[in-house]
Amino acid sequence: MVEEKVKLQESKEHPLDGFLREGRIPHIFCPGCSLGSITNILLEAILESEYDPKDVAVVSGIGCTGRIAGYLNFDSFHTTHGRAIPFSIGLSVTDPNRKVIVISGDGDLFAIGGNHIIHAARRNANLTVICVNNFNYGMTGGQAGPTTYPGQVQTTTPYGSQEQPFNIPDLMASCGAAYVARWTALDVRRVKEAFSEAIAKNGFSFVEVLGSCPTTFGRRNQLAEGKKILEFFRENTVLNHNADTRDVSISHDSPIIVGRFIDRDERPTLTENLLKIQRMSQAKK
Amino acid sequence: MSKKESKFPEVDTGVYFTTGNFAAAEGALAVGCKFFGGYPITPSSEIAEHMSVRLPQVNGHFVQFEDELASIIGILGASWGGFKSMTATSGPGYSLMVENIGLGMMTETPCVIINVQRGGPSTGLPTLVGQQDVMQVKWGSHGDFEPIALSPNSVQECFDLTIEAFNYAEKYRVPVTLLMDETLGHMSEKLIIPDDSKINRINRKKPTVPPEEYLPYKADDDLIPPMAVAGEGYNVMVTGLTHDERGYPVLNAETQDKLVRRINDKIRLNKNKIIRTEEYLLDDAEIALISFGSSARAAKGSVNRARKKGIKVGLLRLITIWPFPDEIIAKLAENVKKIYVPEINYGQVTREVQRAVQGKTEVEGIFILGGAIHTPEQILKEIEKGL
Repeated sequence: MVEEKVKLQESKEHPLDGFLREGRIPHIFCPGCSLGSITNILLEAILESEYDPKDVAVVSGIGCTGRIAGYLNFDSFHTTHGRAIPFSIGLSVTDPNRKVIVISGDGDLFAIGGNHIIHAARRNANLTVICVNNFNYGMTGGQAGPTTYPGQVQTTTPYGSQEQPFNIPDLMASCGAAYVARWTALDVRRVKEAFSEAIAKNGFSFVEVLGSCPTTFGRRNQLAEGKKILEFFRENTVLNHNADTRDVSISHDSPIIVGRFIDRDERPTLTENLLKIQRMSQAKK
Repeated sequence: MSKKESKFPEVDTGVYFTTGNFAAAEGALAVGCKFFGGYPITPSSEIAEHMSVRLPQVNGHFVQFEDELASIIGILGASWGGFKSMTATSGPGYSLMVENIGLGMMTETPCVIINVQRGGPSTGLPTLVGQQDVMQVKWGSHGDFEPIALSPNSVQECFDLTIEAFNYAEKYRVPVTLLMDETLGHMSEKLIIPDDSKINRINRKKPTVPPEEYLPYKADDDLIPPMAVAGEGYNVMVTGLTHDERGYPVLNAETQDKLVRRINDKIRLNKNKIIRTEEYLLDDAEIALISFGSSARAAKGSVNRARKKGIKVGLLRLITIWPFPDEIIAKLAENVKKIYVPEINYGQVTREVQRAVQGKTEVEGIFILGGAIHTPEQILKEIEKGL
């Protein structure tokens, strides 16, 4: 084992090399951004899953997190803003053995794409959806989004946001998601575990990862370094797997509750239902 | 992908008395469509309803999405899963779809959109005919692209041209629009669905090289790249960003020029293979009518009535609307004194005809702004006024 590690170090190869697209690195993420480590965790979770990489597709919308699909050497799709989920539904139902993973940001999935994600959860579409929540629109320069909390300063909330953000885990749970977890980018081991569990899940599985965005979120909100945001998470998160999702809203002055909130197998998936309809339609004649 | 057997036929051979919407749905099934994603909208909903009955019977999937935004990108996703896919809508729904039709153009994704046109703008005339989406197909999405649009004018053609629409989509790797209208969608007439062996099916070009040599956006001499889809081990990379032959985003003027030029030129260079028109009594005509869709049926009636009165009128019917048959119309303009364009809008095709004619002859539109089709007498009256 040690010998292998030494060999690997000397070769200057990285164990994940073949799974990142050659020529696409360096990535575009800012110093202090957590998307690099989240990408790393996602890759490890995919490779440790039961799936043949050939049967895995990664789909993103638009935004910083939306760029992740394009770095991964799987079938990867970088779609339009907000539309990663319905694209993935079309893609996933064409092959019941395919694992489609959507990784995108909070603005992409819950503002412009909000209608799609609630319906995908309602249908129990066979998708794993990872939402990296950085509390703002990073790619476009730091505007407020559907997760911006009251008082948060962004370029379009110069006096502090006055709106209530989505309670994302509760929204997903109430729409029928089979798996709902929330972790922060600091909880590397927990995030990995959640990705693995979500990928193994049949049906709509959802993981919210609170990310660090020093450039467009942190520096306007007294958290101007990636490290400071992670420290903030360390000091202000409370683990509670059994939390009632109605109580896990994020605000500036109360602890952030993390955990695996929902894990259930109560409903057939969209793909299973479509195959059932095929059998029903053909039984008639 | 293993092919499951079904006792239900893709090609439901027979003679029918039925609607254009039914015919279009059966055309899609006959050519091998296996995924329909749609959202209810008058006057196209019967297509979705019929697909919801028939698609599962032939081992396809019908998904009613939450809106048209989802419907169009859902069919792009299914196309990248290897299925021939389609949606059906009307003007307001098409308006919602245009952004992702652009994604389909940029990522070269075969799919078919049926637009059963109604009167607009906005909610307009949900249950009544219009032909007001001609320009929306051409210019609706941002950026430069060359759409293909076909316009049937009978129930039989709704079947035949849906098959052609899929064949063009697969061959040229583009979203193709079938521009129907409410009259065609809802009227009933004879439809013959031929034997399975008579159906012409074109399937997308597949890569002939192993994955390690495959460049997803490297085109052949015909400017069309072979298409590997998800699950085939090619690790396809698909983005709406400007991309190079590897499919990687490269954001500069040079890559943009190469890509956008190619996705336009692959249609422009093949336009003579795509353009279809039908001529009726044009050989000795002094006055020409140019029309399409259900308007062309009235136009044909007016040609017959004019001929009985000794007025030499002929008809050029546009079956392909986009790419526009500029050369055919320019040539026609040299032989006639005047061209009339009956259409159910305020001059969308008329303006294209004027552009194609380049002043060689007089062009006048005969407009109904939605809600009714022309009568042959109405068109004849306009012709006689100009004599």
